Amino acid sequence: MSFAFYLIAALTVAGGLAAVLLKNTVHCALALTVAFAGLAFLFLQLDAQFAGFAQILVYIGAVAILVVFAILLTRGSETPKDGGIFSRTWLAGLAVAAAVFAMLGWAVLQSAPGLPGATPEPTVTVGDIGVALMGRYVLPLEIVALLLTAALIGAVIVAMHEKEGGK
Amino acid sequence: MFETADQIFVLLKHWLVGLLPMALQPVAGVVVSVAAIVCFFPALFALTTVFERKGLGRIQNRIGPNRTGPFGILQPVADGIKSLTKEDIVPLSADGAVHFLAPLVLVVTVFMGFAVLPMGRNMVLADMDAGLLFYFAIGASTELSVFMAGWSSRNKYSLMGAMRAVAQMISYEVALLLSSVAVVMISGSLSLTKIVEAQNHYSYGLPHWYIFTPWGLAGFVMYAIATTAETNRSPFDLPEGESELVAGYHTEYSGFKFALFFLGEYLAMFSISGLGTTLFLGGWSAPFSFLTWVPSWFWFFSKLMMSIFVFIWLRGTLPRLRQDQLMNFAWKFVLPMCLLNLLVAGLWRFMGDGWLRWVICSAILVAAYVGLGWEEMRRMHIGARSYRYAE
Repeated sequence: MSFAFYLIAALTVAGGLAAVLLKNTVHCALALTVAFAGLAFLFLQLDAQFAGFAQILVYIGAVAILVVFAILLTRGSETPKDGGIFSRTWLAGLAVAAAVFAMLGWAVLQSAPGLPGATPEPTVTVGDIGVALMGRYVLPLEIVALLLTAALIGAVIVAMHEKEGGK
Repeated sequence: MFETADQIFVLLKHWLVGLLPMALQPVAGVVVSVAAIVCFFPALFALTTVFERKGLGRIQNRIGPNRTGPFGILQPVADGIKSLTKEDIVPLSADGAVHFLAPLVLVVTVFMGFAVLPMGRNMVLADMDAGLLFYFAIGASTELSVFMAGWSSRNKYSLMGAMRAVAQMISYEVALLLSSVAVVMISGSLSLTKIVEAQNHYSYGLPHWYIFTPWGLAGFVMYAIATTAETNRSPFDLPEGESELVAGYHTEYSGFKFALFFLGEYLAMFSISGLGTTLFLGGWSAPFSFLTWVPSWFWFFSKLMMSIFVFIWLRGTLPRLRQDQLMNFAWKFVLPMCLLNLLVAGLWRFMGDGWLRWVICSAILVAAYVGLGWEEMRRMHIGARSYRYAE
């Protein structure tokens, strides 16, 4: 646990908190981007180059942009005056979040003693990941690709109908 | 002698770092390299602005800047002083923090892209295993800064410019990535230094650059189109089309913040040209085997400046596209061609040496180009040319 880790962890947590607590929706989206970037830095700090860069490429380059677009195209970025920013079902949300956190924490605590400290860290290059994806895990990859293509076609069909109905 | 000239910057860096105590040397090495990049490319930017204005002037039959210094060469100095002394105006209703951060995010992310570019033999700041992936990851983050600038200005022109910019960048980023993937397929590496090494061979005195293969030429054309769109250069400059949107997403920026946007755009142009040079034009390798004695960095920057010249030439030549033309072009022409190019690259890889693969790969690409282009043109229903005169 180095100084860099604490710095990145603080940044990530601050970004996550800001995403929940800020009033303006676009600010929330930007804060969420900071949290994404923090996660990517954590991956990079663990020498997981591919995961880190993919995190930046997908989450900052695509997901954050998509979130921002969705906010702009659907409604204003200001929160309504009455009611505040908290949902009425915040208690249920809290319970779900706590449950997820507890499960993750339990999993982490369970796995920690299982790691033998003496074995050297495996060096995984991007090439190895590519070979694994194209060789052993080619079926899951193709299934995901099919799913994404179906989603894309579905999105196009939804957009087309809307256009025809509008005219 | 040749070795010294080739490695002069590397030797200079080692000498500078060697002056410091041992403990500081690793840090100092990084600092010196970063400082060199941060100083050199803005200087190149200053020169390029004069070059661009002179070149555009030449294309448009006028003289261009010629009042400051000999041949207007001091124009960027005057521009710099002007932008530093101008008032920094922030609109009253603007979102202060985001408005302030946007140009910074742009310039910082663009500068990071230079870290993985091999600018000469042994001249790369961070020789990463996944260098290309790093570059694209960083490049994708610049979109966010454009959006931040447009949204925080609270100006409808800014917002429209930002929306146009982001839509355009997302569309053409697909083409940018797919055209580069062909190179990765053939060279078998995401490391930019390895990609240059793979092209640094000669047969009959001619280089094995990827642009001199059917899939490489097609990929390079797609890459060039996509980079022009990614950097918001004419004919893809809709996000800042001055006749429609004042200045697009940076309408509400003045003084040095505007200069930062300007700098960011030119730096993006440099770095993306450098990447194109690395991927398709052999990076720092010489164009003929008898010219390998010329320093490697000279070739890299020559190719870079040639690309910049083409950008300027295009800007002076082509009219701006319409929004629907832009999107149709990206999704109906460039994207299918890129996908086909991946297939052709695979064929090329597995057909082995010989003339047959040249014929088959070229035939597929030319047939697809002609077929797609013909189909698209037919759908547009372009009639006979008509003229309208002012009455």
